[in-house]
Amino acid sequence: MPFRLEARGQNSVLWSWLSPVIAILATLIVSTALFAAMGKPAGDALYTFVVAPASSLNGLAELGVKAAPLVLIGVGLAIGFRANVWNIGAEGQLILGAIVGGGIGLAAGDREGFWILPAMILGGAVGGALWAAIPALLKTHFNASEILTSLMLNYVAQLLLIYLVVGPWKDPEGYGFPQTRLFGDAATMPILISGTRVHLGVLAALIAVALGWLLHAKTLLGFQLRVLGQAPRAAAYAGFSGAGLTWFALLLGGALAGLAGIFEAAGPIGQLTPSISPGYGFTAIIVAFLGRLNPVGVLLGGIVLALSYLGGEQAQIALGLPKAITGIYQGVLLFFLLAADLLVGYRIRLVKRVPAGGAA
Amino acid sequence: MRQDSEAAEPGARGQTPLPAAPLLELDSIVKRFPMTVANDGVSLSIRPGEIHALLGENGAGKSTLVKIIYGVLHPDAGEIRWNGERVSILNPAAARALGIGMVFQHFSVFEALTVAENVALGLNDPQQRKGLRDRIAKISEDYGLKLDPDATVLHLSVGERQRVEIVRCLLQNPKLLIMDEPTSVLTPQEIERLFATLRRLASEGCAILYISHKLEEIRSLCERATILRQGKVVAECDPRQETAKHLAELMIGTALRPPYHLQEESAETAPARLVVDRLSVKSDRAFGVDLDGISFSVAAGEVLGIAGIAGNGQNELMAALSGETAADRAETIVIDGKPAGTLGPAERRERGACFVPEERHGHGAVKDMTLSENALLSAYRTKGLAPGGLINMGSTIRFAAEIIKGFAVRSDGPAAEARSLSGGNLQRFIVGREILQQPGILVVAQPTWGLDAGAAAAIRQALLDLADKGAAVVVISQDLDELIEMADQIAVIANGRLSPPRPVAEVTIEELGLLMGGVAAPLPQERRNAVPA
Repeated sequence: MPFRLEARGQNSVLWSWLSPVIAILATLIVSTALFAAMGKPAGDALYTFVVAPASSLNGLAELGVKAAPLVLIGVGLAIGFRANVWNIGAEGQLILGAIVGGGIGLAAGDREGFWILPAMILGGAVGGALWAAIPALLKTHFNASEILTSLMLNYVAQLLLIYLVVGPWKDPEGYGFPQTRLFGDAATMPILISGTRVHLGVLAALIAVALGWLLHAKTLLGFQLRVLGQAPRAAAYAGFSGAGLTWFALLLGGALAGLAGIFEAAGPIGQLTPSISPGYGFTAIIVAFLGRLNPVGVLLGGIVLALSYLGGEQAQIALGLPKAITGIYQGVLLFFLLAADLLVGYRIRLVKRVPAGGAA
Repeated sequence: MRQDSEAAEPGARGQTPLPAAPLLELDSIVKRFPMTVANDGVSLSIRPGEIHALLGENGAGKSTLVKIIYGVLHPDAGEIRWNGERVSILNPAAARALGIGMVFQHFSVFEALTVAENVALGLNDPQQRKGLRDRIAKISEDYGLKLDPDATVLHLSVGERQRVEIVRCLLQNPKLLIMDEPTSVLTPQEIERLFATLRRLASEGCAILYISHKLEEIRSLCERATILRQGKVVAECDPRQETAKHLAELMIGTALRPPYHLQEESAETAPARLVVDRLSVKSDRAFGVDLDGISFSVAAGEVLGIAGIAGNGQNELMAALSGETAADRAETIVIDGKPAGTLGPAERRERGACFVPEERHGHGAVKDMTLSENALLSAYRTKGLAPGGLINMGSTIRFAAEIIKGFAVRSDGPAAEARSLSGGNLQRFIVGREILQQPGILVVAQPTWGLDAGAAAAIRQALLDLADKGAAVVVISQDLDELIEMADQIAVIANGRLSPPRPVAEVTIEELGLLMGGVAAPLPQERRNAVPA
């Protein structure tokens, strides 16, 4: 082997940010090849996934709408992942946020009142946090892996949502469709830029990025979470409460995912249906890693992954490609990202052959 | 261009009665790293049956050199000859195939596996795994390195993990055995037994390359020594002909001062700052040691040394004193007259107690964080570095810089990551961080583990200076020489029980050795072996 991996000794800051760039470029190359293999002009991949979504005001607005839940969830997950709290249940927490917040909206009916929307938003956060409290309790009391418990709770949440929309909460005038009534005007997220679908959730995502960065970089709490993730024994030595920090990380992640859920349900969707999320809770895991587990990076990562959703829709509509294209794009991106992350801690060296003699 | 190392040292051949051909020759080895040249033209030769010392300060290039011999690193220039033939040792497996075994200073054992499984991993030939457990038991018995082949390494102490490494090497009947600081965790009697083992191995023709900072040991064990300083060979000598002081000075390049400690005349009248009263803690780990009725008292200005073999309850005692495990009753630990047994580490620090744990990476410091973040780790309350929960970056960096300056920490400043520091420098930083919080009580575990003479002397002096300013200092260490040098009172922990502290001047090494061997209480290992496998 003429190449060898050599430990850098220190993680390279430069490469931790170059790695996502390499991963995105490699993903574009692969998706171009994929398009070519399916008989589409090679340039179409680039155009569909990068140029088309960003070429109009409406396209950019849609990008914001798609990125908002990814960023909201991604910020919470990134902070948790830093603390070695592997919340894989954001999808379920999103659904519970939509159920609790949406339930308040449905109960309000067509009533007017300034309190309805804040109550729904609060309900969304509480719903998501409560769903995340289950893995937190199991983790801190029984040392059950939060990866498994939070993952499994996703399916419970999904089934609960289906039960509600085909059962007690079904719209009586909905011709039997599995969906609730539309939310009233006072229970719908206000549009921030008229003529687009940019809603309050987009602003909330930006606020989450700012507050998340503050927590991550400037507060003692953020420092404690990072120490817990990197060296749990050092956290114990310093007197940080591992259980308390685990609770915080899960509740925060759950609350942000729940917010994403209620913003989606009472925003672009306007009612509860069995599919309020096209996998935002899972995609946000990729967003968190693409953003280097840094809230500001999550904003950029959220935009990139939002492109994959828009590009995937575009590919279905304009080129007649299957829906799976979005998942392939996201999977390939994560694959390359994890591979390129090797360069953060290692450098590739050309090995000079030992002249003469040879091995023993 | 190529230099014959035999010709380069004409005296060596004449002095050695057996002019056997060298087993291993290193010729002008050069190894560069980004920023430094770790080995700068190092030449060395070892004959069969020779016990050869490699001496040098941290960063002198000893570890790099032995890693090159063991195939972990590859030299940038120079050559290696084995039995007169030029070889390139591509990896540790190739080194083992040649007959080179190595016991690392930082152990390469898998925590989740048992002792026997760890040993099996080091064997190149699966056939050798047959009857491995019995062979481990036999070898560990023969060489006085007691080990339960079925114990999970996770639950073993540092000392026991080292025994796994030694046994792993001995199983392969090596021709050259490299030992990196092997005796730090053994009792005087065990060291003698290990030396007998090493001498026996040498008499059987096995060469030994012995790295240690304990100069007396080297003088009693080794017949040749190569001294490295800043990557270069500065001297070759027969250590039996040199004084320990002279060896240390060759190694450091300057003269050493003996540690200075005020003999506190009023120690008996000084107030007790730390009182531990019948502290008993059940361990929550499978192979942990239960603390059983530990009592002692340390007065202002006093240093209490706690000796003992690794794995006899030191980790558990440290955790109980630091508050990482809380006691059942508040009165079991009294800090400056106030009960503190149920307080956590942060509250105990507010009461004026500071701690230096045994493990630097991952316990006393976070290796991927910067020095200023590591300064924050234990000092955020006592130094008020995060008022209102917001980190004050300015004062945190200033505090880190103060530690770096005050304790001569060689680093690239407060923004350097902890992992970029050598072991000695990181330890100076951690000790400095605790001392600069001006504690009334300081508990340190293994303060100089793996450190060279220069760094160890500096740290011991800093601890003594703290005591002289009126602090109570507890030193938990497996290095008896260190305790005798520093402590006013000494006690021995064995199997979770502490012997009554006695003035250092009144005890003999033999008495301490017997206590460490658990004459009063059975060794935990023996108790473990009694459980049917």
